[in-house]
Amino acid sequence: MDQHGPLVDLGKERPQVPARARNLSPIVPRGSIAGRALVAVVAIMTFLASVTTGTVLLVSASAAEWQSEVASEITIQVRPAAGRDLDRDTAAAVTALGAQSGIIEVRPFSKEESAKLLEPWLGSGLSLDDLPVPRMIVARVQPGTALDLAVLRKAVTQAAPTASVDDHRAWIERMRSMTGATVLAGIGILALVIVTTIISVSFATRGAMAANRPIVEVLHFVGAGDRYIANRFLRHFLRLGLEGGLIGGGIAMLGFGFSESIAGWFSGTPVGDQFAALLGTFALRPSGYLALAAQAVLIAAITAWASRRTLFATLNEID
Amino acid sequence: MVRFENVGLRYGLGPEILRDLSFQIPAHSFQFLTGPSGAGKTSLLRLLFLSLRPTRGLVNLFGHDVSLLGKDEIADLRKRIGIVLQDFRLLDHMTTYENVALPFRVMGREEGSYRKEVIDLLKWVGLGERMDALPPILSGGEKQRAAIARAVISRPQLLLADEPTGNVDPTLGRRLLRLFIELNKSGTAVIIATHDITLMDQYEARRLVLHQGRLHIYE
Repeated sequence: MDQHGPLVDLGKERPQVPARARNLSPIVPRGSIAGRALVAVVAIMTFLASVTTGTVLLVSASAAEWQSEVASEITIQVRPAAGRDLDRDTAAAVTALGAQSGIIEVRPFSKEESAKLLEPWLGSGLSLDDLPVPRMIVARVQPGTALDLAVLRKAVTQAAPTASVDDHRAWIERMRSMTGATVLAGIGILALVIVTTIISVSFATRGAMAANRPIVEVLHFVGAGDRYIANRFLRHFLRLGLEGGLIGGGIAMLGFGFSESIAGWFSGTPVGDQFAALLGTFALRPSGYLALAAQAVLIAAITAWASRRTLFATLNEID
Repeated sequence: MVRFENVGLRYGLGPEILRDLSFQIPAHSFQFLTGPSGAGKTSLLRLLFLSLRPTRGLVNLFGHDVSLLGKDEIADLRKRIGIVLQDFRLLDHMTTYENVALPFRVMGREEGSYRKEVIDLLKWVGLGERMDALPPILSGGEKQRAAIARAVISRPQLLLADEPTGNVDPTLGRRLLRLFIELNKSGTAVIIATHDITLMDQYEARRLVLHQGRLHIYE
């Protein structure tokens, strides 16, 4: 175009004005996009997603802890039977267990300890001699040892025919399926949150494009391509997404940090102990906080992506 | 530069408002496009600006068959065309200076590289004192001049102007016509759609007359 030469020969009319730097207005004004509502939506969605992920992480970690604890123990019940001495059978089972490789500790529950275990249900001052209460033996297994349960069961039943061995497999399986269900539910909620975010962002983008349609048309007139126009809008949406993600994710992380402190304050109380038994220390690991931060960034990225997709679709309709 | 062959245009299922248009716009040429109200002048300008597609016929612009062009290619071609519309289409949140400089911004040029050029042109069209004013407080004539300045600032190869002197006094009208003539002398093909006989009488140029959807050319 420069080969055309000067636009107009203004001669002496050409004004001699000092050129000065100007702060150019944004092509798409920030105020034209319903920003606050969108930030609130993204913040709420990020918060819900973070709470879901954090809870799933806590439950998974606690479940894994329980499983490893339970899997490192086996329980033997020696039931009373007519004509058999329960104390002698228990002692024989303890001896048989101790002889097995991989068993590092055997702890039989005495008659008094068994009575104490049953006290919440049957009251104090109970005489176990009057009741056919089995005797419990807990054996600790060396971690990482593959115990041959069939051999162990055979040895124990030879020593005490009324004994039964429980390696908690059924319980662990149930625990696994419960943890799996929790994780699946969490993933389901996350998927819903993400879909809702995409829909909300698409609506917000369409609204912003409708409000700024004259700008889009003028940009088309001056030769701007769709990519250029989309990028002018995308900056706003990326910033809104990041703001929302930061607020929602930040509040959720603070929440988890506080819950740790609150769990600390309640430790020792019955409620606190129940929670501690169920969810461990209520403490997210550093990797959990990292996951939440990554999730907030992911939601901001999803916001930008959904906005971009809607922008191009709308630009196609406008031209 | 521009070639139309048997071009027809209709909106939806309505009657054909442009019929069998066949003409050429050579490079560096100057022409007035005239005709009664509703004859289709604005529609023809929109066809030339690629914001409408013909219902039939061939439109060839800068050597490209426009029916084969994608959106990005159309955007690139539009950078070579300046357009002044009757309703000005200025952006209300931008100053007059920023509106006029918009084509340069879209091209990705640094503000410092075009600042003087924009200020000079604004002075030339009589908007030197209104550079920092927002369009809502400009008069109709001032908006007209700002829209013209925006269309010519990047020295397009083809300039399309729809009633560019409709809102200005005769003196300024002559001044704007001089701007278009100078632009044409520097190499831009100019098409001015107008009703203004006085304006057309001021400059000897080819006349394209639209009447009942058909085009008559007076060299």
